[in-house]
Amino acid sequence: MITLAHAYIVGGVFFFAVSLLSLRDVSNRRRWVNSGFWGLLALSFLAGQYLGDLGNGLLAFGLVVLAAAGLGQGKPETAAPEARRESAAHNGNLLFLPALIIPAIALVGTLIAKQTSWGPRYIDPAQATLVSLVMGVLVAIAVLMLWLRPPALAPLQEGRRLLDAVGWAAILPQMLASLGAVFLAAGVGDQVGRLFSDYVPIDTRLGAVAAYCLGMALFTMIMGNAFAAFPVMTAAIGLPILVDKFGGDPACVCAIGMLAGFCGTLMTPMAANFNVVPANLLELPDRNAAFNGVIRAQIPTALPLLIANMALMRLLAFPT
Amino acid sequence: MLVLLGIAVVVLGFLLRANPLLVVMGAALTTGLAAAWSPGADLNIMLAAAVSTIASFGKAFNDNRYVSVVWLVLAAVGLLERAGLQERARAAIANVRAATAGRLLWLYFVVRQGAAAIGLTSLGGHAQMVRPLVAPMAEAAAETKFGALPDRSRYRIRAHAAAADNIALFFGEDIFIAIASILLIKAFLEGYGISVEPLQLSFWAIPTAIAALLIHSVRLWLLDRQLHAEQNRDNAP
Repeated sequence: MITLAHAYIVGGVFFFAVSLLSLRDVSNRRRWVNSGFWGLLALSFLAGQYLGDLGNGLLAFGLVVLAAAGLGQGKPETAAPEARRESAAHNGNLLFLPALIIPAIALVGTLIAKQTSWGPRYIDPAQATLVSLVMGVLVAIAVLMLWLRPPALAPLQEGRRLLDAVGWAAILPQMLASLGAVFLAAGVGDQVGRLFSDYVPIDTRLGAVAAYCLGMALFTMIMGNAFAAFPVMTAAIGLPILVDKFGGDPACVCAIGMLAGFCGTLMTPMAANFNVVPANLLELPDRNAAFNGVIRAQIPTALPLLIANMALMRLLAFPT
Repeated sequence: MLVLLGIAVVVLGFLLRANPLLVVMGAALTTGLAAAWSPGADLNIMLAAAVSTIASFGKAFNDNRYVSVVWLVLAAVGLLERAGLQERARAAIANVRAATAGRLLWLYFVVRQGAAAIGLTSLGGHAQMVRPLVAPMAEAAAETKFGALPDRSRYRIRAHAAAADNIALFFGEDIFIAIASILLIKAFLEGYGISVEPLQLSFWAIPTAIAALLIHSVRLWLLDRQLHAEQNRDNAP
């Protein structure tokens, strides 16, 4: 059976190769920092399970120190713009096919692992999408290598080119998830919930709806994740006030409450996966600003939608 | 109350524009130390608290490696870019006269939201779709209409391409019954002795999904007008 452990090995090998290639790239004056950063990440992927908790913590600490020191930007060998235009004209719309292999295999693999009786023998159903995604990537690379015959190192060099564009932001989502675990262990969520239920006056249905939805959005902005905010806010306001006191329908309250949290996700740099990583991938000039271009493009949709969620909950959740 | 200091570190760090990784590590240490602090705590206790915080951070970091596995995609996307995928995507859209940046992103939004609603959340994504295909196509559509774009317009279109992917995904996926957030709600309510069906939860996600579609459609319509205005302003004598 193919599991996440195999995906980690593939990822570790990729990061290790990027580390080695970075070291050889003399055009990058900070190549030692780059090489160390991706090398540490490779170590985590290949041997994280043997390092112990403290070892992994120190490894994460090392990644932070290297990122703070400042990564450079390598110049991997790649095709010139003219060569790309030529290849685009020569190969035409066939180029779209390998691009679709990745989502197609991710999709088919997930369906096979979850919907067939024989699938789980080959793909771990608990991690079906990620495992299938990695397989899709490997198949797409194989197809492209056989078809277009670029230099043997091309997938690694091209991967390094894009990884250097993302930079340290590549591990920000993983770091934020870890911070969430520390917050959870220290009871940060319970404290925030207590603050809300103690100090926010909620005497009317509309007031309670507004407090719950705003609380979801705000706490999601702080945590970067609606899943972290949901248990806290729902235990503090959703269930005791909206459901028990005012008789709201729990399914409706919770479903719309979660979506109010998603409005918060659109407005925060803490949701790095969604808001910071694409700003780096698209090479936006303000990608390091707290409210980068992606977030500023999303706020004018997120705010009206938050208000719409409040109106919908007020209208739909209560019997009369 | 002291454990809330970690949140203060996060907010302050982002306001001061410190390196976010540094902010995250600082917030984790602050939270761990604040949780261990008491008036009688001496240096040894605090030191032990710092070590155990780093260890629990490390455990979570190791458990969450799957978050960073997706970067493998960049090797395939990079190869495609080398083969001219972005250029091909631009050329394909330049031939469609009716295409504008707003309309193209709207089409992507509708497809992405619809696919997510039937559980196909892996169709899309910033590394796989937005950078190699959606953003270049939207830029090309605007270029076909207006000619060379000022940088401001170009970056605005790119940011909107990422935004369309996010918003369509967030407010589409909850309509599907087997998505993580639906299962989280169900499990949470069961802990309180309330039993709900995933189908009920996904049903109540539909009104918000429609609202998101309406609001963002207006936004994308306004985007075209905004690009038009920026173009005229920059071409004015």
